[in-house]
Amino acid sequence: MTFWIASSPHNHIKAATPSLMRFVIMAAIPGVFAQWYFFGWGTIVQIALAILFAVLAEITFLAIRDKNIKSQITDFSAVLTGLLIGISVPSLAPWWITAIGSIFAIGVVKQLYGGLGFNLFNPAMAAYVLLLISFPLQMTSWQPVNSLLVDDISFFNNLWLVLTGYTWEGFSVEQIRMSVDGITMATPLDTLKTDLTLGLTVNESFANPVFGEFIGLGWEWVNIGFLLGGLLLIAKKAIDWVIPASFLGSLLIFSFIAYTISPDSSASTMFHWLSGGTMLGAFFILTDPVSAATTKKGRVLYAALAALLVYLIRKFGGYPDAIAFAVLLCNMAVPLIDQYCRPRTYGHKGVN
Amino acid sequence: MDSVLERINKNHFWKFPGGIHPPEQKFLTNDKPIKNLRLPKELILPLKQHIGNGGELLVKTGDKVLKGQALTRSDNPMSVPIHAPTSGTISAIKNSIIAHPSGMSELCVFLTPDGQETWVARNIVENFYSLSKKNIVEKIADAGIAGMGGAGFPTSIKVNTSPGLKYLIINAAECEPYITADDLLIREHSSAIINGIDILNHLLEPEIILIGIEDNKPQAIAALQAASQKNDKIKVCVLPTKYPTGGEKQLIQALTGQEVPSGVLPLSLGVVVQNIATVFSISEAIINDIPLLRRVVTVTGQALQKPQNVWALIGTPIQHLVEQCGFNETEQQRVIMGGPLMGFALPTLQVPVVKTTNCILAPTNIEISPASKELECIRCGQCSDACPSSLLPQELQWQAKAKEFDKLEELNLFDCIECGACAYVCPSQIPLVQYYRVAKAEIRHNRVQDFKADRAKLRFEARKVRLEKEKVAREEKHQKALAARKAAAKTSEGQANNSAIAAALARVKAKKAQGGEAETTGIDSSVDGGDVKSRAAQAIARAKAKKAAQQTTSTPVTVESDSKSQAAAAIARVKAKKLAKEQAAQAASEITEEIVKPEVAKSKVAKSKTAEPEVVKLSPADEKKAKAKAAVAKAKAKKLAKEQAAKAVTEITEEAVKPEIAKSKAAKSKVAKSKVAEPETAEPEVVKLSPADEKKAKAKAAVAKAKAKKLAKEQAAQAASEITEETVKPEVAKPKAAKSKVAEPETAEPETAEPEIAKLSPADEKKAKIAKAITKAKANKSSVSKPSSSISDDDKKKKISAAISKAKAKKATATINKEESE
Repeated sequence: MTFWIASSPHNHIKAATPSLMRFVIMAAIPGVFAQWYFFGWGTIVQIALAILFAVLAEITFLAIRDKNIKSQITDFSAVLTGLLIGISVPSLAPWWITAIGSIFAIGVVKQLYGGLGFNLFNPAMAAYVLLLISFPLQMTSWQPVNSLLVDDISFFNNLWLVLTGYTWEGFSVEQIRMSVDGITMATPLDTLKTDLTLGLTVNESFANPVFGEFIGLGWEWVNIGFLLGGLLLIAKKAIDWVIPASFLGSLLIFSFIAYTISPDSSASTMFHWLSGGTMLGAFFILTDPVSAATTKKGRVLYAALAALLVYLIRKFGGYPDAIAFAVLLCNMAVPLIDQYCRPRTYGHKGVN
Repeated sequence: MDSVLERINKNHFWKFPGGIHPPEQKFLTNDKPIKNLRLPKELILPLKQHIGNGGELLVKTGDKVLKGQALTRSDNPMSVPIHAPTSGTISAIKNSIIAHPSGMSELCVFLTPDGQETWVARNIVENFYSLSKKNIVEKIADAGIAGMGGAGFPTSIKVNTSPGLKYLIINAAECEPYITADDLLIREHSSAIINGIDILNHLLEPEIILIGIEDNKPQAIAALQAASQKNDKIKVCVLPTKYPTGGEKQLIQALTGQEVPSGVLPLSLGVVVQNIATVFSISEAIINDIPLLRRVVTVTGQALQKPQNVWALIGTPIQHLVEQCGFNETEQQRVIMGGPLMGFALPTLQVPVVKTTNCILAPTNIEISPASKELECIRCGQCSDACPSSLLPQELQWQAKAKEFDKLEELNLFDCIECGACAYVCPSQIPLVQYYRVAKAEIRHNRVQDFKADRAKLRFEARKVRLEKEKVAREEKHQKALAARKAAAKTSEGQANNSAIAAALARVKAKKAQGGEAETTGIDSSVDGGDVKSRAAQAIARAKAKKAAQQTTSTPVTVESDSKSQAAAAIARVKAKKLAKEQAAQAASEITEEIVKPEVAKSKVAKSKTAEPEVVKLSPADEKKAKAKAAVAKAKAKKLAKEQAAKAVTEITEEAVKPEIAKSKAAKSKVAKSKVAEPETAEPEVVKLSPADEKKAKAKAAVAKAKAKKLAKEQAAQAASEITEETVKPEVAKPKAAKSKVAEPETAEPETAEPEIAKLSPADEKKAKIAKAITKAKANKSSVSKPSSSISDDDKKKKISAAISKAKAKKATATINKEESE
């Protein structure tokens, strides 16, 4: 009689990488829903496109690398990457922007580095930065909040707009982005940045309809959606709470310091927390296990560094939002951070 | 210490990092009492059930043993004896699969129980305080007690420390899921356990005794608290349930806040940790004199109908255990010895229970799913969060896969306790612990290899130095030898009348001279003799001249060139030796007239022999050359011997009057043979000095022998034909024929010849000596003529040359006479 031989431990927590990925995707739903609610079908179209291209790229590259396609595609990591690109790309950006982003993220940033687990950079953010630098015009084509639009855009029109650059009726992206009073609408961060450079105070800038009544019409809710999803992830122990806590805490500290020094030229902490991609970055991007620090101390440092960079770029940089840049820069610092944040092994007191 | 006490009293302990909370599954077995099983049909007792060495076997197959009888004897502190768990017969002692992850086999004693349960005589000690500490330690060792928590470290070593410990920690944490053996043991035998603790207290005298127990065993905690009330030293410390609290290092950290430094024993902190089951066994051993015969084993898992704790005799096959608990084998069935996190899968159910077996787990696939396919590490870091040793399992895993052993050691791989927490939490199902085990094994292997390589290097270098020294020493020796030889050469000049030395020297030279003639079949003795040679030759000639006066036989003596004469002498000696025996007979029959001659011949042989050692001594440096030459000379000598035999025949046929000549020649040829023997005696030395040359020499010798053999045959035929022609002289022909035959075993002959000589010569020693000298002289001279004539192969030519040589011989005698007269 022979038995099945296995190495200890025989027991295993039932968590698995694919289910972890699926759970993260699910947790993004509240944020995506808010985005759809405020920015229309464009977001959904972009997400669908991004996932499609990401998965196609993954299959192609896995085939080229002669890997087991089925087992690796079912880990949902490509889907998650596509999702993040779809969320980040402006809702009215042309389809090829999303395609380039997805293919670059999977092909170059992920697979060329060795596939899942070996990529140095967060694929979605690397792709976003590539697009932002290469196609600045298309990458600012955010659709104003639905309520500020002259006409609602149907799903079909939105799809047509993404594919051809024009709605079925023949309106261009630029025309769509015009507000009721004929001014091109930008994101709140964009608007604030432009206004501050024009010499306006924060309060004066906030009079712009783009900010709505609170922090940024629509954007605040999108961020709250991602925050909810993130809290869910923490509750289910899918992600470590250290990174979001450290990131948001540090951002709070930096913005608070700046706000106390110069309230007129510095936006509030709440504004920083709830605008742009802050919450998406905090819970979904910085926590990407592959490109984040792995040591406990390292994670705190990593997230704090990201917060500092976000704040600095938002305040002094040439780009309105900074999550992508900050994440990439922190990714680069991860090996160094981990090197110096190694925990002291049991029994090595005084040594090491 | 105070703060520790304070915290202990508040039941507020330290936390160790990491740890996991796997499903406990203890409910399967912790509600049933420990069951006594019926005896199995056979017990399999591995000799070694602990860390260390197996004991020395005391029984043999067929022996009847009693319950509690020792089967092995401990011959060193790291070995622990085993005992017969029941009375019965030793049915076999052979290799069998033991409880080891690799499923390897080791020597086991097979015991067939007789069901009588007859005990050996026991000595129950009511009051262990009456025993000396040494006595207690001895009793613990003799009871075969080794750590029962898992590692199996011999307990007698652990308790044999000088008293004055800070903490004695009793490990009752039992943190692995499923296992409830200690839980049940505490519940049912708490008083015995407290007795055991008292014994340890008496032995170790710790400041405080801490019983570490997880809070998932409330009944056991209550039992311990009730039993330990009398002793203030004992503190029952209830720890939160977290795997691996039961790890020795983790338990120490949780209870005392101290970390055991890497690579040292807890004793360095003044801490000794004992498993609670071990404590029970100590109590049994000291008080009831029951050695470690049985232990509580949790037999659990959902593949069993009646999972429960059982008292299992050491050596009980697992088959027996699971059968008693209603085992239903499922697909891909695993049977694990130990818990689900650190246990190992068994290859077969024939594996026996050993002293460290605390659990047999037979789970279904739903309960514990088989390992699924390993995915890529996503660096989630959950493993490092779970690691109780604060290692970085994910980095260790990468380095282990890349075989970066230096980096692994840098990352403190050897501080990994292989608890399996990292692999338990890994979402990519990476068998991390397996990677570490393999890496550790490879590193250990490499260390051994490095150690061996270092030693080999040292040895090699030492050898190089030694060889260098030897070379220098050898050169020095050669220099000295050279100097000695030169000196000897000078002295030999002075002692020119010492004919023996001179003759020896001359012979050596003769050999050298012959060296050049290796190719030719005959001896072309055209080599000019040097000064020394000629001097030596002169000496020989003088000696001969002196002795010739006494000689009654007419021997052809020619004094031609010195070198020739020496070469010839060698040849002649060879012949002489061969003939020595024959001549003895011959002399008796044929030469009744001249009784002196055989003696002369023999004495010659003897002389040549005595001369040999001298040669060896005088020319060690030239040994190689000499040998080579000797080989050549041998070959030549052999040929010549035969030729001369033929010649002798012709001569004899022509001049029937002088059979003596043939004899004398033959005698000479024997002398030459004896020379041939010389290289052999010299060889041992040569072997040391020049193995290469030895080979050459041997090769030459072999060639020479081959030639000699050929010639011998030819000559035999020749001799035969001659004899048929001239039937008148059968007597003369006989020795010749014999001679030619003798040519084959030449080398052996001189030795056999010797004793005879020895017998014969004592008769008239003086005569013999004189005759020796004379015959040598003769041989030297007479043979010179013969070799020169024997170059021709044809019989006719030989005959002619024989005639010439005879003439020369006559001349030579004339010259000798002249010299003598002078």
